[in-house]
Amino acid sequence: MSTTFYNEMYDAAGALRPHYCAYADWLAATPPERIARKRAEADIAFHRVGITFAVYGDESAQENGKERLIPFDIIPRVIPSAEWQALQAGLSQRVKALNAFLNDIYHEQEILQAGIVPREQVLNNAQFRPEMMGIDVPSGIYAHIAGVDLVRADSDGKSGEFFVLEDNLRVPSGVSYMIEDRKMMMRLFPELFSRHKVAPVQHYPDMLLENLRTVAPAGVVDPTVVLLTPGAYNSAYFEHTFLAQQMGIELVEGRDLFVKDETVYMRTTQGPQRVDVIYRRLDDDFLDPLAFRKDSMLGVPGLLTAYRAGHVTLANAIGTGVADDKSIYPYVPEMVRFYLGEESLLNNVPTYTLRKPDDLKYALEHLPELVVKEVHGAGGYGMLVGPASTRKEIENFRARIVAAPEKYIAQPTLALSNCPTFVDDEKFGGIAPRHLDLRPFVLSGKNIDMVPGGLTRVALREGSLVVNSSQGGGTKDTWVLES
Amino acid sequence: MLSRTADHLYWMARYTERAENLARLLDVTHQMSLVPQSVTAENQNWGAILALNSLETAFAKTYDEVNAENVLRFMVSDPSNPTSIYGCLRAARENAHAVRGTLTAETWESTNATWIEMREQKFEQIRSAGVDQFFDWVKLRSAVTRGVTFGTMLQDEALHFIRLGGLLERGDNTARILDVKYHVLHTHGDEGTTDFYQWGALLRSLSAFEVYRKVYRDIITPARVAELLMLRVDMPRSLHACTGGIVRVLEAIRNSQSAETERCAGVLYAHIHYARIDDVLAQGLHEYLTDFMDRIYDLGEGISRDFLVPAISMR
Repeated sequence: MSTTFYNEMYDAAGALRPHYCAYADWLAATPPERIARKRAEADIAFHRVGITFAVYGDESAQENGKERLIPFDIIPRVIPSAEWQALQAGLSQRVKALNAFLNDIYHEQEILQAGIVPREQVLNNAQFRPEMMGIDVPSGIYAHIAGVDLVRADSDGKSGEFFVLEDNLRVPSGVSYMIEDRKMMMRLFPELFSRHKVAPVQHYPDMLLENLRTVAPAGVVDPTVVLLTPGAYNSAYFEHTFLAQQMGIELVEGRDLFVKDETVYMRTTQGPQRVDVIYRRLDDDFLDPLAFRKDSMLGVPGLLTAYRAGHVTLANAIGTGVADDKSIYPYVPEMVRFYLGEESLLNNVPTYTLRKPDDLKYALEHLPELVVKEVHGAGGYGMLVGPASTRKEIENFRARIVAAPEKYIAQPTLALSNCPTFVDDEKFGGIAPRHLDLRPFVLSGKNIDMVPGGLTRVALREGSLVVNSSQGGGTKDTWVLES
Repeated sequence: MLSRTADHLYWMARYTERAENLARLLDVTHQMSLVPQSVTAENQNWGAILALNSLETAFAKTYDEVNAENVLRFMVSDPSNPTSIYGCLRAARENAHAVRGTLTAETWESTNATWIEMREQKFEQIRSAGVDQFFDWVKLRSAVTRGVTFGTMLQDEALHFIRLGGLLERGDNTARILDVKYHVLHTHGDEGTTDFYQWGALLRSLSAFEVYRKVYRDIITPARVAELLMLRVDMPRSLHACTGGIVRVLEAIRNSQSAETERCAGVLYAHIHYARIDDVLAQGLHEYLTDFMDRIYDLGEGISRDFLVPAISMR
């Protein structure tokens, strides 16, 4: 891997990339005071609207009602039309294969019989749900909403290749920021949108609702769709309320629902009302205290029986975590080949599976160059970024790996692409390059749909490669230019 | 609509209204205290506010003496007192937060902004800037929130429950303010100029001073004040107006089990609709108002049972 970074705005010779020319002209012509004023305005507006999130374990912030703001950067991430077309084809293909994989492992398990994915890797996986065996879900769709994390890096002489970092198939979040970021940019700098033909993203909720309606249980004519949230103290609660409101559906908590005669109802001021589709933003473990975690106060007792009887659709389905698990990730290109008979259009990052002795040996010898992740981890917690860590941190992590190698995978540190970004820290205020990723949201129902672009997350700390909002990441508006 | 959603909307409105009326009550007490009187009498007036809200014990835990400074601090910005203006605005915001998707952006933002501003004001700042300014701010914020709520929200069930919470709380609070102040004025009044200012302060605190002039075109008498605040149907904060509103909302949200609550509301409305102030005063104003507050309480219980019960109440 090279140590220079692909820059989204400038090419290797320092010249502007064509799709950034109009923006750069505008930026150069706009007085810095105006930019500063607009940035302050954005901050106030995000606070007032309450687009905030609570950080796990940050109870003092909760107590004060001081949820944190995810920093928003006003320099957009611009993607030319042709690049997006290629990405879109790759994403459709990948999500299609992942859904086929889930359908297969919960039915015939052909891919295991063919020996392509090791049987124990799937069946012994904590995210594999035996309760799902033999259940037919509408249209065979398990991951209705997928948030696929992409990064861009120079690799093997090819400039700015996209790589899939992970497939989030459980309850991916962030789409509300994608929409709010666009709204904010249009409000702050309307003139930019007359200079650029930016593909719209605000119709995402309509697309999602349509998608959820198409996967209702067979025979339901006008399905009632609800969004199930863990509640107001969940870090993504803003998004839950936002999406429910935009789709015009009820935002329910577990205590609002009950199951009677294998049918789900919600408690309303006019008595019980039947529910057909649940867009759940609650992890599998908490869905039904009778079937999964007994201590869950967030779920609905009996939900699994109603689900198994086919009287309600859950989106995403139960048990999708086995397909986005980091130990299964290396097999996705082979799934594409197996189920679709095609070559994978999107690159995987080369991955060392540390339960394999050879991979483990290599990884332990090269820790300072590698990124090591927990197989079941998420949110940037519990990972080692070798090049950014002290020797002590590396040694501590080494001990954890040796103790349980099967819990980890390792990948070469990708030279993540960067993009000019406004930063203000003690040392420096101004525009500087910061690393970023991209999370498009892929919807699967009768068809596979997505709005152009997705959520761009940016690591605001100098040199940092961790873009997660819980680790100090910010966001940018993502522009796919229409040709 | 989800029962839990209705519950949050109802309590959001109740707490918003309660904060406003607390400001009104504290304001009138503050105004009245500016008129020359003995320290004992003044402190009694402040103590009456605690008694009215059954807060004597909670107050005594932190404060030694009942006086203007302490009662104001306790009722304005003491976070440990859920019935302080601070506590009410926080509860209003928490309820709104839980159902923000049901609210229009303006209603949510107004409620949230009120809370953020409240949180950032220290009592010392409020005191040095003048508490009356703060009370005006609370009333103004309440008016803004009410304005955007009724100006932007779809006139559906959600709005009915907001209206219901607001009306119930307002009727109750007007009765409370009148009860505590009428008593003080009527027993200690000197029927001279002092009295005029005292009654004027009470009317002003309920935004009723100009209304009184317009309606009666005459000197201020206790009986007329009571009549205006209780029996005038065209006076928006009167018991008559509030109960009338409650009856109409209950009709609109009627379900299979709400008939008894609707009946009780109708009885209460008729009780006020056909009342005469002379009879009320002959019976004893305090007794009449106490009975009214009890019935409002029962109505609240009925509403919870019929519409909101499956949820865990946020009260």
